Amino acid sequence: MRSRNIYLLIFILALFGFALWSIVPLDRNVFGREGLRLGLDLAGGSYLVYQADVSGIELGTEDEIMKGVKDVIERRINALGITESTVQIQRHDGDRNIVIQIPGIADIEKAKEMVGLFTVLEFREQDAEGNWVPATGTVNGEELTLSSRYFKENTEVTVDQLGSPLLIFEMDETGAQLFKQISTRLLGKQLAIFLGDEPLRGEDGNIIAPEVKSVIEDRGQIEQLRSYAEAQELSRLLNAGRIDVPLGRWVDGAFEPSVPLYERTVDATLGQDSIQKSIMAAVIGITLLLVFMILYYRLPGLVACLSLGIYGVVLLAIFKLVPVTLTLPGLAGFILSLGMAVDANVLIFERMKEELRGGRSLGAAAETGFNRAWTAIRDSNITTFIACLILFWLGGTLGAFMVRGFALTLFIGVALSMFTAIVITRTFLRLIVGSQVVTNLAAYGVKK
Amino acid sequence: MIDFVGKKQWFFLISEILIVAGIISLAVFGLKPGTDFAGGTSMTLHFSPPVEQSQLREEMAELGYDKATIQNAGEGNFIIHIGEITSGEASELAEKLGAELDSQVKISDYYLASPTVGAETARNAGIAVIIAAVAMLFYIVWAFRRMPSPFRWGTCAVIALVHDVFIIVGIFSILGWLAGVEIDALFITGLLAVVGYSINNTVVIFDRIRENVSRHISPDFAVTVNSSIVETLGRSLNTSLTTLFVILALFLFGGATIHYFVLVLLLGVIIGTYSSVCISSQLLVVWEKREWRALLPFVRRTT
Repeated sequence: MRSRNIYLLIFILALFGFALWSIVPLDRNVFGREGLRLGLDLAGGSYLVYQADVSGIELGTEDEIMKGVKDVIERRINALGITESTVQIQRHDGDRNIVIQIPGIADIEKAKEMVGLFTVLEFREQDAEGNWVPATGTVNGEELTLSSRYFKENTEVTVDQLGSPLLIFEMDETGAQLFKQISTRLLGKQLAIFLGDEPLRGEDGNIIAPEVKSVIEDRGQIEQLRSYAEAQELSRLLNAGRIDVPLGRWVDGAFEPSVPLYERTVDATLGQDSIQKSIMAAVIGITLLLVFMILYYRLPGLVACLSLGIYGVVLLAIFKLVPVTLTLPGLAGFILSLGMAVDANVLIFERMKEELRGGRSLGAAAETGFNRAWTAIRDSNITTFIACLILFWLGGTLGAFMVRGFALTLFIGVALSMFTAIVITRTFLRLIVGSQVVTNLAAYGVKK
Repeated sequence: MIDFVGKKQWFFLISEILIVAGIISLAVFGLKPGTDFAGGTSMTLHFSPPVEQSQLREEMAELGYDKATIQNAGEGNFIIHIGEITSGEASELAEKLGAELDSQVKISDYYLASPTVGAETARNAGIAVIIAAVAMLFYIVWAFRRMPSPFRWGTCAVIALVHDVFIIVGIFSILGWLAGVEIDALFITGLLAVVGYSINNTVVIFDRIRENVSRHISPDFAVTVNSSIVETLGRSLNTSLTTLFVILALFLFGGATIHYFVLVLLLGVIIGTYSSVCISSQLLVVWEKREWRALLPFVRRTT
């Protein structure tokens, strides 16, 4: 029994050490970029949701096209120098939404402008000065620029005999005439592919500009692409660029282009301010809590404070390692869970006091306290878990996306608090009781 | 020993007054839906140097936003909820306000939700609250399945839960009318957290009743229940107190963004503790003894 407690103590200390090490590497800031992952309400940034108008797209190809649209938007936002943005496709009641998250101090107006642009890729050639200018031809008396509009949607990637990726495409009627004129003119020269005013670049950062090796009419292929993934992305971009997929929102059955369905933009200084205020609230609240626990429960209270300290550090480590994105409600959930984590300890100590008053020995009272309190701890925390699960579901809906952080932090917090009380507090208390260092019952809050 | 069960009429009366007041306020004034539910634009404007709320309201009215909800968030910050405007229009509005009020203005939080998003969020929030109540009922029926009539235990706990929800919603209806407080997704979040917390307290007391019933400490169920409440009182109060410490700190120092969210938690912990100690177990006794008249206290005196 004794040695088991020693092992547990070693385990707890190791856990604490690991947790501490993972949250405070000396060269990093706990709340900084490398530290905890912060939601946009704390870090600042933008959260934009657009609905896609897929009415012009052939049925069954929407998913492929949307992937292309996503690639297009990612490329545009990256071109603005915003590197940490994420773009996701979200299916929702038959709609397809594009969810864009842009962190930090980015120029949101510019980003929104870029998102609203068309998804068409343009082919360009070099003029005498080496500038890239649109590659044009004349079809039916009209001057047209060669673009992804004239590609059929069956662009695909295969590999040649040597195993290098090969992009195969087919052109529609106009495209075939156009490509014939242009490829005849540019034989041996390069054609670059542009998205807006930005050339497409490969993984190595060089412009993707295949050389025209033969006259192309209704079908052709692009060789010497650097990787299969790169070829696939290009294929998606070409497919997505065949028709415009406007982004905006539906209002009463009508499509409003360029207006986001949902937008939230938070200034980074506001987030910083929120963090500072939350830390201050946490420090004050937790200090009160610790003082109360020690004054009321004496020695066990002190033990609870110790295990609460370990609890806080381990919880932060979990947030960081999972990682959990902390939002302002999430921080509140974290602080709340600290308050609630005491609950299991209180249940046990109250029970222990009762047993001591009933005349049991210290060791027996501690054990009975833990055993009897367990059903209450288990049953009562399950209700909080249920509430968290429902909140997590609710948080999946757009207008409530901040809710998820709260549900997640509270859930993890309550689960960990059960562990803290049952394992950490219990081990500490057993060691103290077992070592018989303190046997005066007054130290356990019982008046004789 | 304090007689919590014997005073049940008084507790029921207090709760009924609070609930009826809340329902009247709900019926007359309803709730003020925030941007999450109603759609539109809300933003936090930071003025430096700070301006008066009345000045801002006047200026907003002059610019045509007379229906705007304006909340003073302190330190020169105002949270404004208006009909939908784009971020470009918002910047123009902020500029005009700055020029008229002779102050530097910055939009530190811009938030637009389309009406369709709002309607859906509101619907989901309602569903979430109902699912929560049903899930809690099933859970408690399951947890107390070895007791006679477990359904009764579940029902009493859920009545206490609905009691908490009604009182908090009622208070926010009154706050909406008095202070323009709006309800949003975070309000529902707080409500559900509170629901979990309140049931948590109830379960601890029920757990003790279950234990004391099987130990046959008294032939009278009312006495058993009362002992259980008293035995767990230290725990009930101390847990609430420790939770209240941190919530109160968040309420006072946590900033304006989550002010009303924290208020829901604050009210919830207080009301939840009250309903656990003074309502839910008493309902069990009423049901056991069929003392239904206790639910309508002091009515019989007048009839």
